[in-house]
Amino acid sequence: MIAIQDNTMNDTVNQAVTHSSRLEQCFATLKQQNRPALVSYLTAGDPDADASRRLLHGLPEAGVDIIELGMPFSDPMADGPAIQKAALRALESGQTQAKTLEMVRRFREENSSTPIVLMGYYNPIFCYGVERFLTDAANAGVDGLIVVDLPPEHDEELCQPAARHGIDFIRLATPTTDARRLPKVLANASGFIYYVSVAGVTGGSAPTPERLESSVAQLREHTDLPIAVGFGIRTAEQAATIGRFSDAVVVGSALVDCIEHAASADDAVEQVHGLVSELAESVRACRQ
Amino acid sequence: MNKPMDLSSSLPDANGLFGSFGGRFVAETLMPLILELQDEYATAKNDPEFQRQLAYFQGDYVGRPSPLYFAERLTEHFGGASIYLKREELNHTGAHKINNCIGQVLLAKQMGKKRIIAETGAGMHGVATATVAARFGLPCVIYMGTTDIERQQTNVFRMKLLGAEVIPVTSGTGTLKDAMNEALRDWVTNVDDTFYIIGTVAGPHPYPAMVRDFQAVIGHETRTQMLEKHGRLPDSLVACIGGGSNAMGLFHPFLNDSAVQMIGVEAGGKGVKSGLHAASLNGGTPGVLHGNRTYLLQNADGQISDAHSISAGLDYPGIGPEHAWLHEQKRVEYVSATDAEALEAFQICCRQEGIIPALETAHALAEVAKRAPTLPREHLMVVNLSGRGDKDMMSVAHHLGEQLDEAC
Repeated sequence: MIAIQDNTMNDTVNQAVTHSSRLEQCFATLKQQNRPALVSYLTAGDPDADASRRLLHGLPEAGVDIIELGMPFSDPMADGPAIQKAALRALESGQTQAKTLEMVRRFREENSSTPIVLMGYYNPIFCYGVERFLTDAANAGVDGLIVVDLPPEHDEELCQPAARHGIDFIRLATPTTDARRLPKVLANASGFIYYVSVAGVTGGSAPTPERLESSVAQLREHTDLPIAVGFGIRTAEQAATIGRFSDAVVVGSALVDCIEHAASADDAVEQVHGLVSELAESVRACRQ
Repeated sequence: MNKPMDLSSSLPDANGLFGSFGGRFVAETLMPLILELQDEYATAKNDPEFQRQLAYFQGDYVGRPSPLYFAERLTEHFGGASIYLKREELNHTGAHKINNCIGQVLLAKQMGKKRIIAETGAGMHGVATATVAARFGLPCVIYMGTTDIERQQTNVFRMKLLGAEVIPVTSGTGTLKDAMNEALRDWVTNVDDTFYIIGTVAGPHPYPAMVRDFQAVIGHETRTQMLEKHGRLPDSLVACIGGGSNAMGLFHPFLNDSAVQMIGVEAGGKGVKSGLHAASLNGGTPGVLHGNRTYLLQNADGQISDAHSISAGLDYPGIGPEHAWLHEQKRVEYVSATDAEALEAFQICCRQEGIIPALETAHALAEVAKRAPTLPREHLMVVNLSGRGDKDMMSVAHHLGEQLDEAC
């Protein structure tokens, strides 16, 4: 009797929380709580399949609001050394697109509320087959995609097909995105806008908060979508400063560094979740 | 002799596509810059002053036009087609690469850029870039894979003499693709003041078309020279292909001449079936890398594979998108030559003609060795002698089992 009730409840939840709305719900809830989202980036399969699964499953409890999961690529041109190495570790441990989607599917079996955004480069998706990928991603419970090397000029490749599958396409805005270009960047954007805080690769140096705040304010004049800020945010203090004026703070290279420097897989899991807890605490308190 | 660049071509389209190939698959940070470059290049293409400057430097600095030389002894050796060598190895810096670098550095100056970056494989593009950067007084950074640095030490020293900073790239396999990744990372970090001189007909639009146009001087000259010598067009054109810029430069002005046969020769390494090769068209599949869709060496999951070739300049797992399109259109025939075939042809050229070709170029000569004997003497075959082989002495000696003093 109880089991049946549980199933019914789960079905209701799954119906109510459709894929494209998990992100909306998340940002709506956080707005009520007057705090920014903590977004974590980890590469799927880093350092190996089992540790990566444990890392992923522990993120919500450690305080992550939105999960970015990297699809490893052999030639990550927009990433700095930390995430390049993470991709290589994952590929060497046998990670594939299919395994990444399977990771999401298994995560969804126990978590139906934390949004998952897959991040990476176009080629592994293109080779998997765009329609097949989107079908499998939607079924697995993927909420959004960030594909670094697909500017709006190529929206027909993946952005528009993703919308038809109910998957958000999160657009990157950068310090080089001027007023003339911004409308094009925002045109088919959904989910949230990812503001790349510096012109450069991931893991680089962080910009001054003053400059960032005015950039985010300018962006807000043109969009109602939530604005996440990433690239170069490594510490709880930085996250808190940026979280005061942005809707989400993305931390990636700092977490991936923990995996690189960990003594063992267990140590990696412990360190990553430890840093996430620290960041989460800071982000939760930043507007008080 | 210096003809204006080809203005008649209808491809790529406005989005930089040759059919389904090409495009602008780059990070958003680079998009405004790439669009600006596209506009600036479109202006320069039709600007008589830019064209005048380009012609001046091609002539007095590079040494163009390069001769179209009848290789009498090579013709007799193979006993078939009449073989002509387009002597690009006589250009300043010893290869065709400088044709493109002169064009791009003039554009960089026009755009007010203060710093030049480039990737290099064999080092010829790095040397050509360092050369033009020195000539125009611009600081220059060259990215080069550690594997390539090892096998092309002379070129590394040349670049340093020319004032360039050579940054070793250890990521990946330490070859050309990794150097290109690193150059793109530099560019995305220094967008404001840096001009990236891409060395081949690949990368995001407008590079494939722009590099092609700067290299098309090879084909335009060949056309004029052959008409002067024989009053007719050549019957076939042969060129080696890594990214494909020397081949595209030779082929492009003849694309509409259906009677002219064109053969692109990829690096077959240990053989296309062995898996150890750099033949993207003959052994690869379509994918997206370095800003464009083209044929790539990759696994089923879209991870890029390592290329293999005796020649560092062809050791790249992709090919220019226009070649991918011409391959699918069947306008150009793409074949491959193995390391061993290239090494054999290299030696034949040295002994028969007194010309030491680059190992890259030797791949084109290997195809000539297969094809020329089957053809009559009236068949006029032009081979792009894209570079000289001085840089390859250590490498060739190693493969021939000779010991050379490091100093030579």
